[in-house]
Amino acid sequence: MSDPMRIRLQSQAGVTTVKVLMSHEMESGQRKGDDGKIVPLWNIQDVSATLNGKVVMTAEWGGGISKNPFLQFAVKGTKTGDKISLTWRDNRGDSRTDEVIVS
Amino acid sequence: MNNSRRNILKKSTAMAALLLQTLTQCEKVYAYQQNAFDAKSIADLNKSLGLSLPLESSQITINTPEIAENGAVVQVAATTTLQNIRRWIFVVEKNPVPLVAIFNLSEDLLPSITARAKFAQTSDFIAFAQLADGRVFYSKREVKVTLGGCGG
Amino acid sequence: MPQTNTRSIRPAYKEAWLCFILVAVVGIAKAQSGSFEGPKSTGNVQKSEQPSEQSTEKAIAQYRQMLQEANPADLYVTKGEALWNSARGPNRQSLASCDLGLGPGIVKGAWAQMPRYFEDTQRVQDLESRILFCMQEIQGFNSIDLAAQDFNTPERLNISLLAVYVASESEGVPFNVPMSLPQEKEMYKIGKKLFFLRAGTHDFSCSTCHSQTGRRIRLQDLPNLTTHEGAGGAYGSWPAYRISTGSIWTMQQRLSDCFRQQRFPKPIFASPATIALSVYMGFNANGSVASAPGLKR
Repeated sequence: MSDPMRIRLQSQAGVTTVKVLMSHEMESGQRKGDDGKIVPLWNIQDVSATLNGKVVMTAEWGGGISKNPFLQFAVKGTKTGDKISLTWRDNRGDSRTDEVIVS
Repeated sequence: MNNSRRNILKKSTAMAALLLQTLTQCEKVYAYQQNAFDAKSIADLNKSLGLSLPLESSQITINTPEIAENGAVVQVAATTTLQNIRRWIFVVEKNPVPLVAIFNLSEDLLPSITARAKFAQTSDFIAFAQLADGRVFYSKREVKVTLGGCGG
Repeated sequence: MPQTNTRSIRPAYKEAWLCFILVAVVGIAKAQSGSFEGPKSTGNVQKSEQPSEQSTEKAIAQYRQMLQEANPADLYVTKGEALWNSARGPNRQSLASCDLGLGPGIVKGAWAQMPRYFEDTQRVQDLESRILFCMQEIQGFNSIDLAAQDFNTPERLNISLLAVYVASESEGVPFNVPMSLPQEKEMYKIGKKLFFLRAGTHDFSCSTCHSQTGRRIRLQDLPNLTTHEGAGGAYGSWPAYRISTGSIWTMQQRLSDCFRQQRFPKPIFASPATIALSVYMGFNANGSVASAPGLKR
């Protein structure tokens, strides 16, 4: 069960800035654990954002993105009531989708 | 061949073409570029992503801190006045895996992205911008990574 | 002739003049050859200059400011709130009826008036000791067992989540740590004494690092906890998300680690000694606006 994202929207003149904090360990695959062995890579691989169901952004991430990733982008042509949805998928097959409505 | 058969043939060819286009586009969107995330050098990275002849551009603006108090979390942002950007590629040059992220932008997005990256050590942050016509531009800025004190 | 280490003065003068001439010659030669710097950098790459003290401070401030607007601690606040309202423990109860000093179930603004004396325990309690008490009384957890565990066990991690949630509900509220009851005043005195007490193998005290303004260790600035401003900024920013550990630390954990760094024995979790230190810092912070959850490197 993955933790919810924290999504904040700021809309002005039809442009909505999306600021999202995702809860994820993002193990780089470079770090040595307490036992001296490399902690395996565990990272969000794919991110996608949709506006009213239409994909507006996708991203591919490696282990070099920080733990508890922060992402900010801006969508044009938005209006009150629009639904913005964010999805991430990691290399263990886990995923999370959260939605917010443009106010 | 009579008209109805011609029409069916026309329609099914069109359908097949549409299906093929959708399939290949889906592949573009969802295929994870493992090779790129395995690249250990920028030259290898550019080769695996098909980025040829990247040119430095002052039309790309990078916002990074001059000094990172902790290299584990460094906020990096890129924006550009170049038109029709389709892809941002974020790279931390001296990381064991230089490629940090690829962002594919639709036309509905402003060309600005902010993320947080790990810096293994003092290094250049490089943002490549690929335009719709395939041309690639870049800009870079150094981020100094410090060893702190007692941890805060 | 007796052996001596000293040499007669006259030859030393000769040597000194020779050295001076040599240095002068080299200096003139270098000045003639131009700059000491390597090849000029091109394009947008910033030059790596030696930053001045002030510009380093500004650069660090910029680094912090960029992260401030989306503090990963917020993710843990959400988890903490869910935990607070979950029916847990042997009694399968939520913490919704926990009294943090403003009445049962009132979380908003509660942390800003802690530590404080509680009638039901007849003790001055801080954030974690009070949460521990509620976990035992309402939910049936064994607080002795919990206190004996390390900070990174599942239930102790839960206490940190609960603490960061409760503290976040006082964000923006000015500290109002009460100091009217004899028990509260005594704890302040004890806390102050402990703060200045030099002990351990290295004779450290809290005041060794935290009683002067404008000091730092490497690039880590050290707040002056004896002043109103220092205490307000520092005490008011814990619990915090620490980038170095990718986790939430509470004041109890921060104190425990300070003890370790001072080569003191490990303090008992939520012990009166640790509460007393929080009383000292909290009261010194009075009037300052609580800023937790904080963000630390």
